[in-house]
Amino acid sequence: MSTELINLTVDDVPVSVPKGTLVIEAAKQAGVLVPHYCYHPGLPVAGVCRMCLVEIEKQPKLAIACATQVAEGMVVKTQSSAAKSARTGVLEFLLINHPLDCPICDQAGECELQDFTFQEGRPATRYSPVYAKRFNPVEDFGPDVLYVPNRCILCTRCVRFMEDVAKEPVLNVSERGDRAFIGIHPEARLDHPWAGNVVDLCPVGSLLSKDFLHKARAWELDKSASICTGCSQGCNITLDTREGVVVRVRPRPNLEVNRYFICDHGRMSYRWMNRGDRIEAPLVRRGGELHATDWDEALEAAATLLRGAARRGVVLASPRASTEALFFARELFRARGGDWRGAFQVVMGEEAALAAVPNLALRAERAPNARGAELLGYGRDYAAAVAAAETAAVLLVLDEPEIAGRTQGALIYAGTVLPAGGRGEAGGGGGGARDAQVVFPIASVAEEEGTFVNRDGRVQRYFQAKPTPGMARPAWWVFSELLAILGNGDGTEARVATAAAAFDRLASSVDAFRGLSYTHLGLAGVPASSTVPVPA
Amino acid sequence: MGYPHKPHPRETVVLSRHFGEADARTYKGWVKRGGYEVLAQALAMEPGRVTDIVKESGLRGRGGAGFPTGLKWSFMPKEKNKPHFLCVNADESEPGTFKDREIMRWTPHALLEGSAIAAHAIQAEVVYVYIRGEFTEPWDFMARALAEANDARVFGAIKIYLHRGAGAYICGEETALMNSIEGKRGNPRIKPPFPAAAGVFGMPTTINNVETLAAVPQILKHGAAWYKGLSLSSPKSTGTKLFSVCGHVQKPGNYEVTMGFPLKDLLYDLCGGMRPGRTLKACIPGGSSVPILNREETESCLLDYEGVVDKGSMLGSGGVIVFDDSTDMVYQIMRLARFYAHESCAQCTQCREGTAWTTKILERILSGRGTTADLDLLLDLSENMTGKTICVLSDSCAAPVVSGIKKFKSEFEDYIAGRRKPVMVA
Repeated sequence: MSTELINLTVDDVPVSVPKGTLVIEAAKQAGVLVPHYCYHPGLPVAGVCRMCLVEIEKQPKLAIACATQVAEGMVVKTQSSAAKSARTGVLEFLLINHPLDCPICDQAGECELQDFTFQEGRPATRYSPVYAKRFNPVEDFGPDVLYVPNRCILCTRCVRFMEDVAKEPVLNVSERGDRAFIGIHPEARLDHPWAGNVVDLCPVGSLLSKDFLHKARAWELDKSASICTGCSQGCNITLDTREGVVVRVRPRPNLEVNRYFICDHGRMSYRWMNRGDRIEAPLVRRGGELHATDWDEALEAAATLLRGAARRGVVLASPRASTEALFFARELFRARGGDWRGAFQVVMGEEAALAAVPNLALRAERAPNARGAELLGYGRDYAAAVAAAETAAVLLVLDEPEIAGRTQGALIYAGTVLPAGGRGEAGGGGGGARDAQVVFPIASVAEEEGTFVNRDGRVQRYFQAKPTPGMARPAWWVFSELLAILGNGDGTEARVATAAAAFDRLASSVDAFRGLSYTHLGLAGVPASSTVPVPA
Repeated sequence: MGYPHKPHPRETVVLSRHFGEADARTYKGWVKRGGYEVLAQALAMEPGRVTDIVKESGLRGRGGAGFPTGLKWSFMPKEKNKPHFLCVNADESEPGTFKDREIMRWTPHALLEGSAIAAHAIQAEVVYVYIRGEFTEPWDFMARALAEANDARVFGAIKIYLHRGAGAYICGEETALMNSIEGKRGNPRIKPPFPAAAGVFGMPTTINNVETLAAVPQILKHGAAWYKGLSLSSPKSTGTKLFSVCGHVQKPGNYEVTMGFPLKDLLYDLCGGMRPGRTLKACIPGGSSVPILNREETESCLLDYEGVVDKGSMLGSGGVIVFDDSTDMVYQIMRLARFYAHESCAQCTQCREGTAWTTKILERILSGRGTTADLDLLLDLSENMTGKTICVLSDSCAAPVVSGIKKFKSEFEDYIAGRRKPVMVA
């Protein structure tokens, strides 16, 4: 796209947009949403739904805003009577074969056919009830996708996604005229690792997620901006919760990271957020047993262990922990001039790229904050750190319950869950989270605010989507509180009240984050300083 | 026209001169008739000069839109940075039109010669002749003629390929035809980009109708001025045109007349008039996609691009469908709508849903269960279907409906009021 700016007006609002911009995008800049179905900024233009018809002065016919490029001095009228009546006509046509089964349709409430019909459709149809509506049975397209052809408006977004974005053209438009439907190759399944996006792309309730089928009505959902924890790509997502339970993950557009898409692995990686077997209270070891207690006693117990630890510690951290938590875990030792070693381990899996989008893939490294951990000095040599932990004075384990390692020193565990099985089973008598002296219940990514740094060094915020269970607290709070209790006389013992303040503390002391704040990061994130090398 | 009737004295036989002569199909026979002489001359000319001659002649596209052919050729990039293509639209799928079929059946070399000249003019190295799938006989003659001409090496560096359609009406639409050649579903493309910028395989492409290209050698042979002189009324419509007349006339068939010829004379004189005891009721002058003319309009219509527009219709492809007073216009219009509903490619909403809905309403009227509101509804749907889609299939469905209701409203009202016996069960 050129840097040359074109001036036009959309519904009397003047806008200047780069040459080559489509009218529909220019209208967005003017604050005007032109109703549309087939157009999607992440897909090639099809121009088939004819919903975005607008009037352009000096043009004899109505034009589709999605396929018309802006021109200098163009006067676009989306609300002229000709444009409105054309769109009303399209809506009427779209509805004649539509079953109007909104009460049992998952899309209801977030359906563009509903929305635009309410906005500018006819109050009643003129299609005689005598005429049969098109009927085709529901089809099973793939592992998570159902096709309900009766609701389909043939916008072909799904066909174009599979053909032009995923580059696995298994869908097509079959038949002609009003008999047309979305067909699938007879020997193929819609099982591409990114296939689930067709459900999001579908503007109506025609392509449905089996996972979300009849789980919730759209209007019952609370939506929170988050970051996918499925891999190191850092796709921006929305966590949809219903009554504090995560029921769905959807992509949140970010042109720098995931454009409009997320992979199925990430889409399905949310059930753990709803686990019921969470640690809900701080635990301290008393008489050989872990006892639930309050935060004051648990923090004091941990502080006592740390004070007596000659400041030699090992931190085994999950690469799913927030940057803030990783920072304060480190500071427990480092800020007090101690000798520390931190490490994380990464679960590996298959890589699956989205063919047509550069630098977008389900990454082999299934860790959302490995890069953040690296920037904070955590190493990848997990085995060496586990070995070093044996002789460390304190081993702090952050949310890695199964592989806590053994230590002759004190073990502090901060996590969301304790491993199943009794004492001694996990660690063979000398390790495991159940052998900790102190256990802190912490919030999961869905329950706290924080940041991750993706593989490209982009610092991105995530927001709290559901309440923390019991007395659990964000890990950054636990460690910052502990740090404040320990104190070191240089002022860092000031308490940290919010995630934003926790990040500010991090930004003021780590070069890679220097100058950043939650305000700067916004919803889209910004790259960490690229000049800072990753510590070896 | 020569076949199946002897040429009528009032015909101007240019394209149809050799119709009915089996010998003209062969390479030798065609050369004997002076064929391929102008091709050799044209290939030696500057491409731009060929285009200029065609421009001067006033030749306009014979496929339906009537776009000036030379002007279309001149849209091709002068600087050749990419391969150029010529597509020959031999899909002739418009109901009521069967002129291209006869050109390919009787004078396949005329088409090949014209195609090669056009390819030279637009600097195309490859020509695709997209032949309607149902045209089995024309296909055979074209294939034979092409093989013979290739053996005689008359095309120079130009390669001509025949491509067979699979029976979709919409593949006669130029961009759908290109998609079909590329092996894709035959869906019309949004324009721009126009074919001259990005046509078949994304390369600069010109697409012309069979009859247009068959006229090109004649223009080069006899000169632009001669062709331009073939005009009886509007100077903007030049040359001769083949009219495929079908329906209720005594002698249906192809007739080649000079532009501006009276439609009345074509029907009553050349075609022998109506069947005994019958009178003219209506006529579709340019293939099924154009508005219907009533008797008065038909009898005062001049057959050129402007003359037919004056009467509220279009010259289109020159497929003249004639209805006498025995015709049930409602039924005929339903048949047309049903055709378009069947052939809609399903891309655009208005066309996919509108053509089928229109058909249902017409069927219901014919079943005696229509209402007076149905007529207003049909007109309103037609309004929504006109000028709002990628191609004009939707408009084509609306045209006969709108003109039919306007001109033959009483027939619709007879069915609705029960004055006429239902002819359908819906």
